[in-house]
Amino acid sequence: MRLLTTAITLFGVAVIVFFVIRVVPGNPIAMMLPPGATEADVARLTALYGLDKSIPAQFLIWLGGVLQGDFGTSITARQPVLALVLGRLPATLELSVMALLMAIVLGGMAALLGTLRRGGRTEAAIDIGNGMALSVPDFLWGLVLILGLGVFWPVFHISGRITPSLDLPFVTNFYLFESLVRLRFDLLVDIVGHMILPALALAIPLAAIIGQLLKQSLKETMHLDYVTLSRTKGYSETHVILREALPNAILPTLTLVGVQFTFLIGGTVIIERLFSYEGLGNMAIDAVINRDLPLIQGIVILFAVIFTGVNLLVDLTYAALNPRLRHG
Amino acid sequence: MADVMDGRGAVRRKGGLRLWLSACWLAVVVVVALLAPWVAPHDPLAQDLFLGRMPPVWMQGAEPGYYLGTDSLGRDVLSRMIHGARIALAVALFAGVITALLGASLGLLAGFMRGWVDLVISRLIDIWMAFPPVLFSILLIAVLGPGLSSIIIAIVVIDWTRFARVVRAEAMAQGAMDYVQSARVAGRGRLGIMLVEVLPNVLPTVIVLLTLEMGIAVIVEAILSFVNLSISTDDPTWGGMISEGRASIHQAWWVLVFPLATLFLTVLAFSQLGEGLKDRFDPVLR
Amino acid sequence: MSFLEVRDLSLRIKGEQTRLLRSVSLSVSVGEVRGLVGESGAGKSMIGKAVLGILPRAVEVAGGEIWLDGQNLLALPVAQRRRVIGAKAALIPQDPLTALNPSRRIGPQITDRLVDILGWARNRAEARALELLEEVQIADPARVMRSYPHELSGGMRQRILIASAFAAEPKLIVADEPTTALDVTVQKQILRLIKGMQERHGTALLFVTHDLGVVSKVCQTISVLYAGLMVEDSATAAFYAGPRHAYSRALLAATPKYTDPLGSLTPVPEAVIAAVRAEVAAADGGWHG
Repeated sequence: MRLLTTAITLFGVAVIVFFVIRVVPGNPIAMMLPPGATEADVARLTALYGLDKSIPAQFLIWLGGVLQGDFGTSITARQPVLALVLGRLPATLELSVMALLMAIVLGGMAALLGTLRRGGRTEAAIDIGNGMALSVPDFLWGLVLILGLGVFWPVFHISGRITPSLDLPFVTNFYLFESLVRLRFDLLVDIVGHMILPALALAIPLAAIIGQLLKQSLKETMHLDYVTLSRTKGYSETHVILREALPNAILPTLTLVGVQFTFLIGGTVIIERLFSYEGLGNMAIDAVINRDLPLIQGIVILFAVIFTGVNLLVDLTYAALNPRLRHG
Repeated sequence: MADVMDGRGAVRRKGGLRLWLSACWLAVVVVVALLAPWVAPHDPLAQDLFLGRMPPVWMQGAEPGYYLGTDSLGRDVLSRMIHGARIALAVALFAGVITALLGASLGLLAGFMRGWVDLVISRLIDIWMAFPPVLFSILLIAVLGPGLSSIIIAIVVIDWTRFARVVRAEAMAQGAMDYVQSARVAGRGRLGIMLVEVLPNVLPTVIVLLTLEMGIAVIVEAILSFVNLSISTDDPTWGGMISEGRASIHQAWWVLVFPLATLFLTVLAFSQLGEGLKDRFDPVLR
Repeated sequence: MSFLEVRDLSLRIKGEQTRLLRSVSLSVSVGEVRGLVGESGAGKSMIGKAVLGILPRAVEVAGGEIWLDGQNLLALPVAQRRRVIGAKAALIPQDPLTALNPSRRIGPQITDRLVDILGWARNRAEARALELLEEVQIADPARVMRSYPHELSGGMRQRILIASAFAAEPKLIVADEPTTALDVTVQKQILRLIKGMQERHGTALLFVTHDLGVVSKVCQTISVLYAGLMVEDSATAAFYAGPRHAYSRALLAATPKYTDPLGSLTPVPEAVIAAVRAEVAAADGGWHG
């Protein structure tokens, strides 16, 4: 059932994006040919990319290719879409996961501190901070971070994924991961220095959501008898929160974080643009500007696959973490 | 008893202040936008290449009369911000209201009619949720071409699900309640029940969402201007100014800072206003 | 000095004048079982909570001392107080269904205090837990140790909580209405179990209950509270022979007797209530806070 609705959703995304981009004004073929190309050249290339057929016919041809793992050829880069997209995917994945981890750490700390100091000024300050962080989207946080930590107090890089002059020994595009595995800490520092501001911009709103929701459910849990019992055993309040309250408070937060993580991934599109970070989102905007139809399709489908995949993963994690579900 | 010292009273009181501050800021923005031609010290489009990248008045080397400095083409930053408020508010108002109308209607239909109507609308919402919204909006602008109406349409097309999801759930909950059942027994038509009994109950929710949506619309306009797909490069938009400011950030930070601060405060104000209204009026979203 | 000494303890809600507990003093020696009786809201549970350092956040100590094994708990810093309490005292909670953490297995919930607070080796703590589970007559303790709370019945869980309370051989156990949430059929067994454990381990037991019938079976001494004021402090035998305070007498008359469960019950007369209220008011008059 779950798989069926997922399939319907993905199919719907494919249909919509396919038809929407085909009413885009501007001929991509004419744009890629040098000035002075003849009508015949344009016609020949149009036929080559299959753009002379009717839209439903094009869709069926495209769908047939996709089912065999062929997403077509990029018009501007003249390379298979799949290879291009998979080449950029690691950059976006690393950025998203880094942002997610930062959001969990920041939001988790805010929630724990707020619970520990509940009823006091610290909690009020955390609530106000959360409210601010939540009200302003990642795009604006990115600009604020660029100004603050990139220009006025330049401690981090504000553009690119890695310093271009560096010699890269990498065989995959998972730069962060590979530099870690190869113990190249010089490269790691450079990569993190590039990644930290865009990741933080993406993380701030999610951190606020985690902070708010987790604090709320922690506070509810703190009244329960088993938490009180743990206090009588001699544990510190921090330990009580971490071991007794947290595992039970985390489940309601988790479901929401899943949905919010998909929003975060969606946010990478503009954040990558803002920080000139060479990921999928940046490539997508270029593809739209260049009218690179096959590439746009490929990227949108990939995003949709990631979104639905994350939601599926969250459901599985939820089941794995909840002992009541685990034992039927 | 353990809740007595939860500090909730303090938060409530601050909520009131928050509401007022937000409303005041938005009022200022609205007034300035309405009076733009009279309060702006310069023509927002007038270029003067001899006055490029002049810093704000309190800094050394500033040009008198250009309070917040000029951009690379010598245009007055303050005047452009003031005129930019018009576009931002127009987008917020039109996009917000149309999105609310469309989304709430579809949500109401799905939640109250159930059956195949609900099935279709819910499936559409699922599909919409699988799109990265920023990319979707950029794609739509590419299709529609630049311009104010394109931005508004793009926002409506993308964000209707925000209203539809919440209103659908709420309409379902209301539809199951006794008063609706008794209205049904009393022989009222479905449409009548929906409009007379259910609609007034989802209205506070819609108004809160609308306030939040206005803030989102301002941001979307800025994002689209930022990727140069908004209205036109000449028109003074906050996003366009930010885009330009980002490019010349090391030479003229003021081109970025002031529009960014204005945008930041406006988005914050819409959102805090929405949250404040939610705390006050809306039993559903709390 | 007794193992637990509460001296002139007063509690109040933060920021309010009215006291929840009005200069209450009591003591429990090692091996003694003291019943703490009163209507709900009389403050009997608050005494147990104050002793264990788990008062609700809204409640504060307005005066008095709590001495546990020669240490004044209220003079200790919070972290140290908790460790002292954790090492020397334990709680048998009221509701077995909510007092075990649903996301943790039973074993660690019994052994955690031994390992973390008292520094035992893990396998020694586990052996001890198995031994105790057998002592509270749980079949297949090894399997129970691996279970989650939701897989066990309420009676089982209460036995586990009792075993857990005795795990560190504390010299004081506070039992907070330990049978109230249970089935009537199980109540008697659990009561007998607690009594037996207390005798074998020689613990001081502070037994908080509203049920005078239970007190007569378990306790050697009895304290009666009304509106935060202690109106009676007697040996159980003496109490049943003839309570000193009019309110206690009335309370006793209102309790069903096991010998005559269908006998008519007398509600507490209004005159007695008025008298005891006057006493409470007098206690407040002499208190400046």
